[in-house]
Amino acid sequence: MRDLIVTNLEIVPGRTITAHLGLVQGNTVRSKHLGRDIMAGLKNIVGGELKGYTELLSDARDEATSRMIEEAVALGANAVVNVRYSTSSVTAGASELYVYGTAVRIE
Amino acid sequence: MGSILAFLTLLLIGFVFGKMNEMNHFRRLDQDEQTYAHIDVYNIKRPTEPLAADGVLVSGNVVIAVDYFKVIVAGLKTLIGGQLGTYQSLMTRARREAVLRLKREASELGADAVYNVRIEFSTVGANPRGVGGVELFAYGTAVKRP
Repeated sequence: MRDLIVTNLEIVPGRTITAHLGLVQGNTVRSKHLGRDIMAGLKNIVGGELKGYTELLSDARDEATSRMIEEAVALGANAVVNVRYSTSSVTAGASELYVYGTAVRIE
Repeated sequence: MGSILAFLTLLLIGFVFGKMNEMNHFRRLDQDEQTYAHIDVYNIKRPTEPLAADGVLVSGNVVIAVDYFKVIVAGLKTLIGGQLGTYQSLMTRARREAVLRLKREASELGADAVYNVRIEFSTVGANPRGVGGVELFAYGTAVKRP
């Protein structure tokens, strides 16, 4: 477990927020992969889970989150509260994963 | 003639395998939801019960492809409007799966509940015929009771 607490609550259970350090954010834009798309083409006939895409988006969100955490650490925070994710299609075949929250100090 | 035959074949394959996939998925969901029934999930922001210190952000996501039959039915249905049952079941499956994966992650951490659960939707790999797949993403804060 990382030592920095990330939560989408407005508070950290059992702790007191002593300082708000401002908005921190992270994003990444990922495009689809041709190989994965061929599989997706087949799956579009029979249905079912597109595991390649599930992993792709999950990894991309992890990356966006770690960028946000880096920003928070640079501000001297030990927690990020009220985290929100958002996903948008930039063009056909590419998605932006965006995460933002408020960096705080807790004790 | 050949193209009509190909179309009908795809439609049939889509219908049979799509239906099978869906039935299997619903069956699996029913089982797995029982397994993780002990994790309480809330979408309230401020916990009203005493909790152990800290919390961990947990999430679950799933991308599910739209089968050929659903795409064609949706295309036809948009001519007359009304309820689109084929996509409704697709969304339900995906949403239940995403929440289930969130619960699984919480359970692996030994959590008792997940607060402030948010569910997000996005489309993946849109092709000219319609959506390639739908992604449902659920996230929230896993907490322990003291």
